[in-house]
Amino acid sequence: MFRLATWKIASILALVLCAALLIVPSFLPESVVTAIESRLPSFVPFRPIVLGLDLQGGAHLLMEVDSASVVKSQVDSLRDDVRAKMREGKISISGGISEQPRGVLVRISDPAERARALDLLRSLDSRVGGALTGATGHTLDISDNGDGAIQLQLTEAATTDKIRHAVTQSIEVLNRRLNAAGTKETVVEQQGLDRIVIEVPGLQDTTKVKDLLGATAKLEFRLVADPGDPPSESEVLPQVQGGTIAVQKRVMVAGEDLTDAQPGFDSRTGEPDVNFRFNLRGGQRFGQVTSENVGKLFAIVLDGKVISAPRILGPITGGSGQITGNFTVDKADELAVLLRSGALPAKLTVVEERTVGPGLGQDSIDAGKRAALVGGALVIVYMLTTYGVFGVFADLALGVHILLIFASMALLGATLTLPGIAGIVFTIGMAVDSNVLIYERIREEAHLGRSVVSALDAGFRRAFATIVDSNVTMFVAAVILYLFGSGAVRGFAVSLGLGILTSIITAVTMTRMMIALWYRRSRATKLPI
Amino acid sequence: MKLLRLAPENTKFGFMRLRRVSYPLSAFLSIVAVTVFFSVGMNFGIDFAGGTQVELRAKAGVADLANLRHTAEGLGLGPVEAQRSGAESDVTVRLNVQPGGEQGQQTAINKLRQTFGDTYEFRSVEAVGPRVSGELVQSGTLGVVIAILAVLAYLWFRFEWQFAVGAIIGTMHDLLLTVGFFSVTQLEFNQTSIAAILTIVGYSLNETVVVLDRIREVMRKYKRLSTAEIVDMSVNAVLPRTIMTATTVFLALLALFFLGGHVIRSFSAAMIWGIFVATYSSIFICSPMLIYLGVRADTFDKGADAADVDPAPAKGTV
Repeated sequence: MFRLATWKIASILALVLCAALLIVPSFLPESVVTAIESRLPSFVPFRPIVLGLDLQGGAHLLMEVDSASVVKSQVDSLRDDVRAKMREGKISISGGISEQPRGVLVRISDPAERARALDLLRSLDSRVGGALTGATGHTLDISDNGDGAIQLQLTEAATTDKIRHAVTQSIEVLNRRLNAAGTKETVVEQQGLDRIVIEVPGLQDTTKVKDLLGATAKLEFRLVADPGDPPSESEVLPQVQGGTIAVQKRVMVAGEDLTDAQPGFDSRTGEPDVNFRFNLRGGQRFGQVTSENVGKLFAIVLDGKVISAPRILGPITGGSGQITGNFTVDKADELAVLLRSGALPAKLTVVEERTVGPGLGQDSIDAGKRAALVGGALVIVYMLTTYGVFGVFADLALGVHILLIFASMALLGATLTLPGIAGIVFTIGMAVDSNVLIYERIREEAHLGRSVVSALDAGFRRAFATIVDSNVTMFVAAVILYLFGSGAVRGFAVSLGLGILTSIITAVTMTRMMIALWYRRSRATKLPI
Repeated sequence: MKLLRLAPENTKFGFMRLRRVSYPLSAFLSIVAVTVFFSVGMNFGIDFAGGTQVELRAKAGVADLANLRHTAEGLGLGPVEAQRSGAESDVTVRLNVQPGGEQGQQTAINKLRQTFGDTYEFRSVEAVGPRVSGELVQSGTLGVVIAILAVLAYLWFRFEWQFAVGAIIGTMHDLLLTVGFFSVTQLEFNQTSIAAILTIVGYSLNETVVVLDRIREVMRKYKRLSTAEIVDMSVNAVLPRTIMTATTVFLALLALFFLGGHVIRSFSAAMIWGIFVATYSSIFICSPMLIYLGVRADTFDKGADAADVDPAPAKGTV
């Protein structure tokens, strides 16, 4: 116990120094931190502790991709593929193709034709996610159901892959939209299979962002249906201005072919509008369609609603055009952002929202600080009055313990939340437990008639096993909480877990060192506790 | 300097005899907890029940609670719960899960913003849809169950099975009484409450392990004593530490309860309760359990933990 290697003392002091340096950025103004950070090499962890949205204020949105519509569109395209295959093989589909929730049913009464169709349809099956992903499994289960029909069923793997793809694509689109709208430091990431988390610090009113993020923004140019068109090829869509209009189902040009969209003002009426530009393919197609249909009405459809249906006055071949439709300046702006960023593959629904205003966040920080200071002071005074000089050692160790929690949070880039502050306050109470275990044990050993040195030594040695055992149980609770908790509660798990680890270092190692140094100087013959 | 001692030293309380009181008491409290839990139930927050909760602050003066409630009820969003939170100007408004699936909560938020946006500052808005709240219930329950299993595994590996069983019974006891606490007080039960429960589980085991560690040590030393005597001796020996630690944690939590803000008040309250229950159960429930589970000094004769045995004075008996 009293063989104190100099390197041990040095390494503990070095640890404390490093920890102190790590939390320096948290106390500097933001501008200073950025200025210094830019001059340091990137591996130097010079950054302040990240505050959770519940402390700094901001919006947390959890959005869900509409899996049902993803699967539905997958079934739709399967039906189109099947129809194309049958046409290719010149097989007449006597009973038609019917859609099922996760597949299609093709009725062919002639057995020989059915067998031929089965062979042809097998070529539609492919590996999930393409050959390169290493994923195993097929996209389709194809079987003759013995009832004069062929059943094509999308496999679980195929739909999962499709949903995953839709989520990845949605994240890209959302990022583009948020950037285009000028929001800063946003986080957009996947959670689970079909969810996306969006965090926007500083945002309070989420109404606008939700409009921006939730819109699918699927733009289509379709011809307004003629009275003579067959009813199966047209559908009735609502108009933004109210009322409905029948348009052709066939999409002439789609939003994918847009390269740019900017808000502007109509040169004749002065109304806000959106100017767009097509890519080469879209431009040619647009030119072709407009020249073939001069005099007809052309519907501009956004997310299943007709924005406007102007008459085609003449061929439009320049590859650009504008959309008007009683927009306000804001709406035109928003539409331009949406069109520029591209369409979402499926609708997104907000399934969870948590927004904290800066006022409440600051109040929480203040309350947390006060609680930590008062709680810490109470514990410090109590230890001091109970253990005297040994209490001072415990209190010093407690100070370093708190320093180490913050330092490791800064180092790991962990987020400090309000429950996280509660966790730190709780570990302030728990950290001294190790000291208490050791000190009480030392007292007991001294009562048994041991000398000071022997009692100190036995106290530390025997208490250690208990300290480890009791802290492991607490640590397990923290780990499980981290794994199963979400949001701010995770912050509690982080500070609790880190606090347990650092308290073992400080309460055991540091206290031992201080007591050893104290004994070396005082050569006490009686324990001060 | 005269040092403060909260716990008397060298006590020889007959804790084990008190089990005739503590066991019926705990059984009674457990039954009350279960009964209230099933009859009244817990006050689930929107994390687990779903719904919408907003915190408002009047832009000028004091919040007119009655008027606000009346206006909110007129919006057709179902029952409205409105109560003051903290200051005179602050109100918490809570709505149940809205019909119309996930989109329903969004409609509710928009309506609230339109109605109260001019007169109130929206300090926080939380909306949890039915699907997410269902999942949070699931992961919360799973978390507590897995935590108990994981700790059980550790105890089994580290101690004899009787100790592990005793510790688990104690933990279940604490868990039950904490659930009862939430049911009786009707404090909001949300995600931070799960955090509180898991921390109480951790603390309860921490307490138990400290006592059990000592019991094991004493058992190795004094082989001729009865289990009851050994347990009494061990509990008395660690008593100063138990009181000391419970007090420091209590002091820290007290600060959290009074100064930490209303957002985490129910968390702090549950934790304070948990510290008391855990301290009580480690002494009066887990330790006496060892007598029934038939732990005897010869349980340790296999020498599996020989390394743990102290080399110094007790050496002769090993």
